[in-house]
Formats: sequence, C-alpha cells, structure tokens
Amino acid sequence: MSDVLLQGTGVETFYGKIQALKGIDFEVRKGEIATVIGSNGAGKSTLMMTICGTPRARAGRITFDGQDITQMPTHEIVHLGIAQSPEGRRIFPRMSVYENLQMGATVNALKNLDEDLPKVFKLFPRLEERRNQRAGTLSGGEQQMLAIGRALMARPRLLLLDEPSLGLAPIIVKQIFAAIKALNEEQGLTVLLVEQNAFHALRLAHRAYVMVNGKITMTGTGAELLKRPEVRAAYLEGSH
Amino acid sequence: MEYFLQQLINGLTLGSIYGLIAIGYTMVYGIIGMINFAHGDVFMVGSVTSFILVLIGGVSFGLSGNSAGIIILLALVLVVAYAMLVSSVYNWTIERVAYRPLRGSFRLAPLISAIGMSIVLQEFVRIAQEARPKPIQKLVTGGYELMSKQVGEQTFAVTITNMQIFIIISTLVLMTAFTFIIQRTSLGRAQRACEQDTKMASLLGINVDRTISITFIMGAMLAAFAGMLFFLHYTETDFFVGFAAGIKAFTAAVLGGIGSIPGAMMGGLLIGIIEVMWSAYFSVEYKDVAAFTVLVLVLIFMPQGLLGKPEVEKV
Repeated sequence: MSDVLLQGTGVETFYGKIQALKGIDFEVRKGEIATVIGSNGAGKSTLMMTICGTPRARAGRITFDGQDITQMPTHEIVHLGIAQSPEGRRIFPRMSVYENLQMGATVNALKNLDEDLPKVFKLFPRLEERRNQRAGTLSGGEQQMLAIGRALMARPRLLLLDEPSLGLAPIIVKQIFAAIKALNEEQGLTVLLVEQNAFHALRLAHRAYVMVNGKITMTGTGAELLKRPEVRAAYLEGSH
Repeated sequence: MEYFLQQLINGLTLGSIYGLIAIGYTMVYGIIGMINFAHGDVFMVGSVTSFILVLIGGVSFGLSGNSAGIIILLALVLVVAYAMLVSSVYNWTIERVAYRPLRGSFRLAPLISAIGMSIVLQEFVRIAQEARPKPIQKLVTGGYELMSKQVGEQTFAVTITNMQIFIIISTLVLMTAFTFIIQRTSLGRAQRACEQDTKMASLLGINVDRTISITFIMGAMLAAFAGMLFFLHYTETDFFVGFAAGIKAFTAAVLGGIGSIPGAMMGGLLIGIIEVMWSAYFSVEYKDVAAFTVLVLVLIFMPQGLLGKPEVEKV
C-alpha cells in the first residue's frame, strides 16, 4: 500500500486547440499539504479543474488513492472524496449561506450536517452571522470563506484550494492559512493548494511545485523552494 | 361589475392552465438556458392522452357526467397519472435525443432542434389520432351562482362551475407542492444549484445530467396536468392545441421573468386574465393578438420580466 493519495503522470489539457497543461507529473501524499505556485495563466487552475475531470485530460493519467479517475464523470470523482474551493469562488449567489453549506454536504447526503456546521462556523464566525443572508450579497472575503467552508462540509479526503487568499485582507489571509494548517495537523487532511501568494504557500507546504506556461519547472519541499534564488526573484520579491 | 367579475373568474381559470405550462418553460430555461419549444406539444400529448383514457372510461366503464362525484374524481386521478407518465416519457426522450447531444454547441442548435421536435410531436399525433377535433361530453358538471342582477328583462348571473373550482384549486395545490419541492428538498436545491452554476454543482457531486432529466420530467408532469384540465374544461382537444397554448404559456414565462418560477405562475394568471378581458370587451377573434402584443411589449420595454433576476452578482 502506497501513501500517495493523488498522482498525475503526463497530464495534458486543452481548451479547444490551445494547450493549457503540457504533460504534468505531480503527486500528493496522504496527510501532506502540497502547493502549486506560478504566475497568472500558468495553468494552475486548469490543473485543479482537470483533477476533477472538467475539462477532461486529453492525455496522461490521474489516479486517486490508486484508482484511475482520468475518464470518470466529475460528480463521481467528487464522491470519492475530493472537494474543491475553486477559482472565482463560485458560490451560489441566489442561495442563502446556509443553503450553500448544505450544498457542500450533498456528497454525504447531509448525514454529517449537524456535526460539521458548527465546525465551519467556528472557523468562520462571519458565516454564522450571515447564515440566512443571500450569498450573492456577501463581501468578497466572506464569499471566499463560504467557498472554503462549503468544501469542508464535504468531509473531503483531499481538499483542493484555488487561491484562497485572493481578494482577502491580510489578517483574514493569515486566519485562513492558520485554519488550513490546523486542519492538516489535527485532522490529517490532505491539501493541494494553488497560490499566487507564494510566500505563505511555500511556508506551509510539505511539497511544492512551480508551474510556468503549463509545465512544472521546479519541485521540492516548501522550505527548499523558499531558499532558491530563482524562486525568490520570480515570486517572492516585494511580497509578504 | 358583475360582468367583470365573471370574466375575472374565467381569466383565472385559463390563467391557471397557462401558469402550469409556463413553469415547464421557465424551469428548463433556468437550468440549461434554452427554450423547449416542444413543451407546448408535450402539453398536447398530455391532453390527447387524457382524452383517450376518458373515452375508454366512457365506452368501457360507463364513465360520464352523471357518474357519482367520487367515481369521476377517482377516474381523473388515474387519467392524469397516466397522462403524466406518458408526457414525462416524451419529454425525457426529447431531452435525451434532441437536446443533450447538442449541449455545448452553439446556442441556436438546440432551439432549432426544439422546433423540430415540436413538429415531430404534432405530426405524430395528427397521423396517429387524425386531425379532426376530439369532442367529449362534459365530465365535471354543475356549479354555483355567486350573485345575479336584473338587467331589463334578463338576469345576469355570476357563476363559477365545479370545473373552474377544480382547476383553480388543483392548480393551487400543485403549485404549492411544487414550490415546496424547489425550495425545501435536496432535489430542489440541486436544481437551483444547477441553474446558478452547473459546473460548480457537478464539483459538489451533483449528477447534472440526471438533474436536467428530472427537470424535464417535472415540467412534463405539470404540462400533462394542464393538458387534462384544458381538455376537460373545453371538452375538446386535438393535435394542434399545444401550439397556441404553448406560445401563450411562453409569453407568460417571459412576462413573469424567464427563469423565475413564481414569475411563471403570476405571468400565467396575467396572460389568462388579459386574454379573457380582451375577448370580453374588445373582440374574441383578436384574443391571440392581445397575448402576443403583451409578449412584444414585454420584450421591448421590460425584457427581464416582472420577477426576473434583479440581483447584481459580485464578481
């Protein structure tokens, strides 16, 4: 039995004729936080979506816990235990906060709703205050919290977080990264994190990938990449 | 005043039927962003199916307007259940063969396909059941006189027939049940999720294809119910009833704000009332013009409709 939870080999994804992923190899082991950093348009979000089968990889192979998921329909992949807080948050604007969280628990047929809801509210007290408010009226930061909370409601084995810090105040970014760290350490949640905020992500990550133009150009532990001069020059100058 | 009241009752009756059909248009539009132009003909299939069953009931079991009330009610439950089943199978099949393969292609493709399916259904029923109108004797008879007024030699009475009561009450019950499903059940939540963001719904484990199929089935069931009411009320149906009723229900959906279910109900009632009032005070021949004038005016001046989505979404 291997401890690799998610593995991709030679993954290629296209939008029409444009190739967004050009043969990507990656793995995420059980219980670790992995991160993919890179600039805008490098293909990070495409990678996250390809893992969930939308769009489907045109070449290569993705396995989850040893099972080939490359050709599986999205909703079945999700039922294996992958939850995503996607790029652009994609909360349901005309549903209440509570209903959005219920949607997150759909994979478990709402069985753990009563147990998990307080946990999410403890993590993001703002959501409890706005429980019955339409999600479309929330501020950007609150929507981001909702997107993450919704993903957690699925009780995932693998949590995909696409730019959780986007558009958030620095203090909330800190909170969210602390929450991710706590979930990982206390509950052993496996996380794949995509970030432009490379400094935070690398400090958190056990395993890190740098992505440029649809290819992975560097890999190592978070701490290793933090020390690399090319990484510092490209992604860390002027940040943090 | 009495005359107006009578027309209002008639308008509400007709509007209930339009409202039930309009929900099917608006739900499908909400979830996959296309107008199912075959929906009016699914209504027609429901109508003709219930005609056939009522005919069988009359010939084989002596079902008629003189049967006991409870027998008639029981018979109608069976009739509508079967009509719903048939219409659902039709609408489900239409989605599978004519719309699903075109999902993701250019926007006009499923629309053209829908018009094609509409013609297919009409022609199929015309050939299978012949083109002549199919009359039947009144099954639900009787009514109540609400008030009357002496006008010269004659009395003008405001009446509501048992059929009208049946239509309005059953529509009310059906719409309440339907609203409950959409607002309170996990199925309804999945449908609303697909309507707002299909891709995200699938990322949360919703089987989008199945949800769309269920939406077509639910729309067809309401249309079949409307089809039976229509045929019982006007005691006549044929292969072409879906055309005018379908376009008026579509007008109702647009008037109410396409995609909005309460809007569809409201639009249906309004179109019914407008049509009946026009017929009563201006000219019966031009009653269709009234409905379509409303459609044109709404599209020009208020394209989002009465209850269209007003919310500005944060990006």
